[in-house]
Amino acid sequence: MSRALWVLAVLLSHWRRHRMQFATLLIGLIAATALWSGVQAINQQARSAYDRAAATFGGVRTAMLVAPDAATFSQDLFVKLRRAGWPVSPVLEGRVQINGRPMRLLGIEPVTLPVDVGNAPRLGAADLSSFVAAPGQTLVAQETLSDLHEGEGAVPPISSGTKLPPLHVLPQLVPDVLVVDIGVAQRLLNKPDQLSRLLIGKAKGKPAPLASVVGDRLKLIEPTAETELERLTDSFHLNLTAFGLLSFFVGLFIVNSAVGLAFEQRLPMLRTLRACGASARLVNSVLVVELVALALVAGLIGLVCGYFIAAALLPDVAASLRGLYGAPIPGQLTLRPEWWLAGIGISVAGAIVAAATSLIKAIRMPMLATAQPHAWQQRQRRWLILQSLAACAVFAAAWLLLEYGQSLIAGFGLLAALMLGAALILPALLEILMLAGQRLARGPLALWFWADSRQQLSGLSLALMALLLALAVNVGVSTMVETFSRTFVGWLDGRLAADVYISAADNAQSIAIRNWLKDRSEVQAILSGGRAETQVQGQPVELLGLPDHALYRERWPLLETAPRAWTQLVPGNAAFISEQLSRRLNVRVGDVIEVPAPGGTWELDIVGIYADYGNPKGQLAVNVAALIRQFPQTPQTRIGLIVPRDKIPGLITALQKQFALDDRAVADQATVKAESIRIFNRTFAVTSALNAFTLGVAGIALLTSLLTLANSRLPQLAPLWAIGITRSRLAAIELTKTLSVALFTSLLAVPLGLLVAWCLIAIVNVKAFGWRLPFHVFPLQLVELVAVALIASLLAALLPVLRLAGMQAAHLVKVFANER
Amino acid sequence: MLRSIELIPSGALTLLSIRNLSKTFTSAGEPVHVLRGVDLDLKAGERVALTGESGSGKSTLLHLIAGLDAADDGTIRLEDTEITALADAGRAELRRDRIGLVFQQFNLIPSLSVADNLAFQARIAGRHDATWTGELVERLGLNGLLKRYPEQLSGGQQQRVAIGRALATKPSLLLADEPTGNLDEATADDVLALTRDLVARTGCGFLMVTHSLHLAGTLDRHIVLHAGRIA
Repeated sequence: MSRALWVLAVLLSHWRRHRMQFATLLIGLIAATALWSGVQAINQQARSAYDRAAATFGGVRTAMLVAPDAATFSQDLFVKLRRAGWPVSPVLEGRVQINGRPMRLLGIEPVTLPVDVGNAPRLGAADLSSFVAAPGQTLVAQETLSDLHEGEGAVPPISSGTKLPPLHVLPQLVPDVLVVDIGVAQRLLNKPDQLSRLLIGKAKGKPAPLASVVGDRLKLIEPTAETELERLTDSFHLNLTAFGLLSFFVGLFIVNSAVGLAFEQRLPMLRTLRACGASARLVNSVLVVELVALALVAGLIGLVCGYFIAAALLPDVAASLRGLYGAPIPGQLTLRPEWWLAGIGISVAGAIVAAATSLIKAIRMPMLATAQPHAWQQRQRRWLILQSLAACAVFAAAWLLLEYGQSLIAGFGLLAALMLGAALILPALLEILMLAGQRLARGPLALWFWADSRQQLSGLSLALMALLLALAVNVGVSTMVETFSRTFVGWLDGRLAADVYISAADNAQSIAIRNWLKDRSEVQAILSGGRAETQVQGQPVELLGLPDHALYRERWPLLETAPRAWTQLVPGNAAFISEQLSRRLNVRVGDVIEVPAPGGTWELDIVGIYADYGNPKGQLAVNVAALIRQFPQTPQTRIGLIVPRDKIPGLITALQKQFALDDRAVADQATVKAESIRIFNRTFAVTSALNAFTLGVAGIALLTSLLTLANSRLPQLAPLWAIGITRSRLAAIELTKTLSVALFTSLLAVPLGLLVAWCLIAIVNVKAFGWRLPFHVFPLQLVELVAVALIASLLAALLPVLRLAGMQAAHLVKVFANER
Repeated sequence: MLRSIELIPSGALTLLSIRNLSKTFTSAGEPVHVLRGVDLDLKAGERVALTGESGSGKSTLLHLIAGLDAADDGTIRLEDTEITALADAGRAELRRDRIGLVFQQFNLIPSLSVADNLAFQARIAGRHDATWTGELVERLGLNGLLKRYPEQLSGGQQQRVAIGRALATKPSLLLADEPTGNLDEATADDVLALTRDLVARTGCGFLMVTHSLHLAGTLDRHIVLHAGRIA
């Protein structure tokens, strides 16, 4: 044991003398672990929130009975089923508004609630009486209480004016959900004796067949492993994971570079240890122990950094998931022990992977080879050919994925293959460029410039690969986001046709508002709207009622239409379909779709496909009057108004005063647009932050590579100084060299980034969200990104160059005399 | 236990016995027979110089004795141990416990101080003896240099540290591959005198590869290797 400790002490002594290299290794591991575990923390938080949502007193994890048309049904069915031995528990669900904030209201019956409802929040015996007995309780998540700016015991009114029972926190609940006793829910939602579903517990005996008790009025829904939210948000989390993985690999590039250089520098030490009698097994084991120990330390620091990154990003991620998918995620981070263990595990595994080549070399190291601390730079050249062949193989795989890949995973696989191939081929391209430069060079200094750049390339190539990847991802994602942004703004212009939007509390208020508006001379048109929900081919589908108005005909963002599409819409047997739903159901213009409605099946001819960006649900747009005929329970609370621009503020003020409407219930087009764009920007804030992180890590990779190379380069520079080239001139040459390779890498990253953007727009977005955006290139943005990359490279190169410029002549003399 | 010239009279016991030793390398696809049946004996406390032209196989012979490389044929026996029959781990153990090695390039560990370099082989062997190390420091004139790092020493000082490290385990056999090759003549004489002195003090065998006939003449015996055979 003490022998191993002595060997470990000798190996560790290397780091004491090479502190920058040590810092590089730790920074690489910390950055890799931090970014990966940060993203994983966010994903874990989201998934646990989905679980909570799914398990909220019977979500999709519980078997249940529902009406075939998804409408409410009579409470009598519950009584019949209980008598027939079915262990069912009633639930009524609806939506209410508190201070203009929409909430999901769940009414439950705690006594019959099945005990095996997944990991559902439960009521203890003590809480049960407070929940059921007057005045009852409204169970909410802590986050909901904060969002509502209310305290425990508060009794806020809902939009109808009725007060909720006192609020009480149940920590396991998801945000934006209110849970009350079923009787209270029926009163609050004005649905006496009505139920939304019946949760099924474990039956003691075999109950009577369902059909013999309730006929076809209820159908059985089996529990599913994957929740709707999980399915919808898979692509979002995959996207985050891809970013985390990219950052992780960029971090590992740094580790690989640092470990590789350290190994080469320690070769003489390893040989001496072996010559002095330390066995190969002992030395190799201690090398692994040293690496694992460093990975553990760096992993722990990385996890702490990852926690802070996740905590900083989570509010934006939560906003994105809420905006894009309606997924309620708590804004505060809670972490499980598995996260810590996985983080440490990934740090150790990453370190071993990054150091694998060096460890294998150590195991195979012949004891008698001459110690050549810098020979690895030469040997790297032989790898160029192999690396280029590997790049060609990876490009071939990318082509196969493009031709035959059908899934989202294949889309990401294509992206990964493109980037990996480009990274692998980069050193060969740089080598060709520099060889050409060397052949064309006139004058000794120019010749040396190119020849030395070639020699330096092997040491820098990993960092340049990291820069290429980070920059290409930045170009790709920025182009995609900018394209999306512009398309989104144009699309909003089409979707938000009306000048003022009103959301009435209920139908009665809606009628009162309409009547009041009829007397307002400035109102040129009152446009009704409505939304109903149903399921088509097992998919949740939203039915959107459109008014028949010239403004909609002009602006609605149709991508594809049949002749006289709008005219066909009016009778009520035709529909427009959203782009994502058309892809999901494989429906084209001219096809017929069958929609289950309370009155029976509603057959709709598809006469148009329209863009519906950002909507996780599939949507069918039909004539609003036809919608109300087919779905009589559709709330008619949404009203759009056409009003001259200068009259809008006055009308809004009057509406607010007359009907006590708040800013959420009445808004002009500009406000709605601004809010939509704000949500849009927040959605991509996470992407921008991860973009910046990745570029930052690539910058660190470049800096650390340059710093570690700086010392080993002195023997090359000292002779030039000795023959009369000043230190400042040498420093300038070094800077020019670094910036030249960085510029070439950045220029190569631009077409690669555009290819990445095309993949994101034409493949990943289509698979993930169901919509395809037009492809645009933004030259100014590209120039900006290249400039940022060059500034990052300049900053990375500056420190070693300044050191060189300020180096004492005596030091160079010593290098010249002793280390050639 | 300290072996000393007084306890084990010179020439009394065979320390190293080499029989019919052969080694062939392949260079540019062609076999190069470096050693062609070498026979050699070295007695305890004996100091032998091995000379020969470049490529005659001197260093290869030394590497095979040290177990740094494996022979193709023949046997090497150190006291009661047949080195050629040992696996890598056994050869490592032998080097650690019974052989001291000194190279032309010093091969000190640059990240360790002089004191740590001196002690580290003995520590790895689990035989660190502070008194003996102190004596080595004294005899090698390394007082005042113990806290320095190898790069802060002259060539002669570095080689003295390397010799001290090799003798710190009190080995049976000290092998030196051109230990003075990087030193000027005066320094080389000093270093070798110190080595001879310490070898006599420990009673170990000493086999030194050198190009210098002058230095070879200062040892007990002089062997010449020519075309892979003892001339």
